[in-house]
Amino acid sequence: MGAVTVSRRGLFKLTGAAVGASTLTALGFSPAAAQAAVRAFKLERTTETRNTCPYCSVGCGVIMYSMGDGAKNVKGKIIHIEGDPDHPTNRGTLCPKGAALIDFINSKTRLLYPQHRAPGAKEWTRITWDQAIDKIARLMKDDRDKNFIAKNADGQTVNRWISTGFLAASATSNETAWATYKVVRSLGMVVFDNQARV
Amino acid sequence: MTNLWADIKNTDLVIIMGGNAAEAHPCGFKWVTEAKHYRKVKLIVVDPRFTRSAAMSDLFVQIRPGTDIAFLGGVIKYLVENDKIQKEYVANYTNASYIIRGDFKFEDGLFSGYDEAKRDYDRATWDYELGDDGFVKSDPTLQDPRCVYQLMKTHYARYTPEMVERITGAPKDKFLEVCKLIAETSAVDKVMTSMYALGWTQHSKGSQNIRTMAMIQLLLGNIGVSGGGMNALRGHSNIQGLTDIGLMSDLIPGYLTLARDREPDYATYMKTRGFKPLRPGQTSYWQNYDKFYVSFAKAMWGDAATKENDWAYDWLPKLDVAYDVLRAFELMHQGKMTGYFCQGFNPLLSFPNRRKLQTALEKLKFLVVMDPLATETSEYWQNYGEHNDVDPAKIQTEVFRLPTTVFAEENGSLVNSGRWLQWHFKGAEPPGEALPDIDIMARLFIRLRDLYRKEGGAFPDPFVNLTWNYEDPLSPKPEELARELNGKALADVVDPKDPTKMILRKGTQLSGFGELRNDGTTMSGCWLYTGSWTEAGNQMARRDNSDPGGLGLTPKWAWSWPANRRIMYNRASCDVNGKPFNPAKKQVWWDGERWTGYDVPDFVVTSKPEAGAGPFIMNPEGSARLFTRGLLRDGPFPEHYEPFEAPVANALHPKVGPNPVARVFKGDLEVFGKPQDFPHVATTYRLTEHFHFWTKHVQINAVLQPQEFVEIGEELAKEKGISGGDMVEVRSNRGRIKAVAVVTKRIKALTIDGKKIHTVGVPLHWGFTGATRKGFGANRLTPYVGDANTDTPEFKAFLVDVKKLGQATV
Repeated sequence: MGAVTVSRRGLFKLTGAAVGASTLTALGFSPAAAQAAVRAFKLERTTETRNTCPYCSVGCGVIMYSMGDGAKNVKGKIIHIEGDPDHPTNRGTLCPKGAALIDFINSKTRLLYPQHRAPGAKEWTRITWDQAIDKIARLMKDDRDKNFIAKNADGQTVNRWISTGFLAASATSNETAWATYKVVRSLGMVVFDNQARV
Repeated sequence: MTNLWADIKNTDLVIIMGGNAAEAHPCGFKWVTEAKHYRKVKLIVVDPRFTRSAAMSDLFVQIRPGTDIAFLGGVIKYLVENDKIQKEYVANYTNASYIIRGDFKFEDGLFSGYDEAKRDYDRATWDYELGDDGFVKSDPTLQDPRCVYQLMKTHYARYTPEMVERITGAPKDKFLEVCKLIAETSAVDKVMTSMYALGWTQHSKGSQNIRTMAMIQLLLGNIGVSGGGMNALRGHSNIQGLTDIGLMSDLIPGYLTLARDREPDYATYMKTRGFKPLRPGQTSYWQNYDKFYVSFAKAMWGDAATKENDWAYDWLPKLDVAYDVLRAFELMHQGKMTGYFCQGFNPLLSFPNRRKLQTALEKLKFLVVMDPLATETSEYWQNYGEHNDVDPAKIQTEVFRLPTTVFAEENGSLVNSGRWLQWHFKGAEPPGEALPDIDIMARLFIRLRDLYRKEGGAFPDPFVNLTWNYEDPLSPKPEELARELNGKALADVVDPKDPTKMILRKGTQLSGFGELRNDGTTMSGCWLYTGSWTEAGNQMARRDNSDPGGLGLTPKWAWSWPANRRIMYNRASCDVNGKPFNPAKKQVWWDGERWTGYDVPDFVVTSKPEAGAGPFIMNPEGSARLFTRGLLRDGPFPEHYEPFEAPVANALHPKVGPNPVARVFKGDLEVFGKPQDFPHVATTYRLTEHFHFWTKHVQINAVLQPQEFVEIGEELAKEKGISGGDMVEVRSNRGRIKAVAVVTKRIKALTIDGKKIHTVGVPLHWGFTGATRKGFGANRLTPYVGDANTDTPEFKAFLVDVKKLGQATV
């Protein structure tokens, strides 16, 4: 960058204005009229947040651009995602999956509420978080209390629970993984696995 | 990865085998492009299909699925017989010179100690011969007929170029061309990188596929070296992290292992985990195992884990067998399981033999799905016509579906293939009532703990005493959990040699795992992550991409385990005197007083070269293993075994076809198909435009690849009268799918042992929820058998038949 230090945001503003002006000049507008006509770029009003792509494990850096100023009644919305040019692995590029991340966040098949399907039912029923947690905790405890194996056939202490299992994910964070590990293992669960194999 | 993505630019030769980086890891593959463009290095691709990686290659060789060990065993033979090995490296840094017990044998496809009834080996004979001093005997000249090098040479003498061609279908001259290119990197200043993924793991001998290439890389001196390494590309964004933190049946965070039934107390448990050095002067870093274990127990149970109660030894479950997913669904299928949780995981499409999975799920009392998306697993009870033909009224499972956040809606760290822990930040609120997984686990924990406190119940001690001292117990912050994973001092820690000297004040975040103690004065959730969140703050969020040394190591970008080391085993990039083998690519070196360099040395920094410690400090030998002793179940040397469904007999030993110790459940054996009924070999894979079963929920990707298809070679298409676009049925002995036929030049017929064999390609992305057209899914076809060591299902090689259903309609 030479001697001039420009922040990424500042650089964006400079080049944004320059591109806007020159494009319009090329279309035949005079520079003065062009500058009056160019709208402020939408991305200028956004907040940039650094993240990483959740798909494969190259771990590409992404920048998420969101609208909203964080005020109490304002719900922030991500309007654009692109590769992070400072990231030493992907250097701003993304593949056809990473480039479409915005549609993952906004997928029509995202789940919005806890749901319950009763035995034999043909439909889901919406329930509250409290109802869901209550029912699940009860089912877990009843099974654990009934089937917990304190000692094996040889009388050795084994303290394991094998009648309920837990499949952990492949894209949750380390922090989620650790919280999950703590809960699952302290219950004595051993039917416990992740997605490393598939 | 032993190395990192950007380091691929430093290589002199790339081999992609068992993976397809250009399509499955496109932005990582750009470093191959970089190496090709700027340094004119060659790319070799060995694969059952002419992939987009192959399209970029200088040399492509098509092989039959499931024959990688035959190919690579042939490479070992070539290197050894043509003396194309890095001799100084092999003699000093591997176990090539070690003497093996006289009763170790390999005959007719089986190693010594096989028990046919148990389908298992007694591995006692697969070991070193020890001298009177307790150390392994060795012959530095590598001439002793019982030394590893000579045994290896004998073992692979059978893998002639003719045998390679007969088994794999790769023409002998092409195979030899590959050998010649690989052999060039035996020079001390030349290096090859191996890039692989699930194309190697998803076989009944997956671990041994990888082992064979690891042996080649060791013979060439390419491990620990910039531009080299064994680089597992890894499939998912944080599967490295989930495994590091031990979310598997048999693990404790940081690759410690759960105790077995036969280990009744901590002293017995530690007896087999002492890691006494096997050669003089070795580091054998696992000798610190007890420090890692005790610090983990303190992270789990704090003051309740004491020396007196064996660090709460009985509070962790003991294992009789490993309960991987295949065993879990087998137990479910037998009606032995009550409940199951799926957290961000869609097993109904991810595991083999859909029919078995479906029947198994139907036998559950309850199923809990935590996911941001409406997965097929969560709707397995719902009728979707021919794509999920079930009667909901007959399915008595109670199902819960809990909405979770996605990456953009939470803070946290993921570990990429290069072992970088990268912190990410929340940029938006979740939709509807979706919650972070952490909050769901916390709510479940608190509710269950309340129930146990109120009602009592089966052995509540480990659960009610679990450390859960977060600011908001119902919503622990990722930052709090990350600090816990790193670890801190629980008391003032003094220097054991000088008790007046304070090393750590109580409450200090630890800066490295060297600070961990076995006396209960430190805690750390995962010792490997110690250093990720220190007193200096969150190291995973660092964003300085400066690159001293120019190798692309960027040591101040994020944080890499272990100890922020970017290339593992980097001591091996130097000769025995501590001088870099290749001065143009210096990583670390001995400066006369200590080890230093651009990377964090993978060595005791004050250990003088003349003291003779080996570079593989985690191994009690100090060296890398060409012969793995009893550490893998299916042999100390990799051997070619056929897939469980193979079109031909095993040409090396017809009586031993597939892996003799891979686990096969009753009922699954019966539904393996025979070549007379299912004559074609099939293999599964991903496409560039899709990620597993998520991106079919993503509008753009659903438009890019809307419909299930299979790839069929032109010759097979002609035989069957199939044109591109026709609907076809692909059938195995477990199920069938209907899909559009893509007739391609990318898969050729091969001649295998004199027989013409076709390969059918089955991409895996379609199901019955999401934005694409509905599909049947590849796992209706795949066999329910896994790798003998890891139980990774054999998705990459099985048998099918193909039939035309109708003309193209579009």
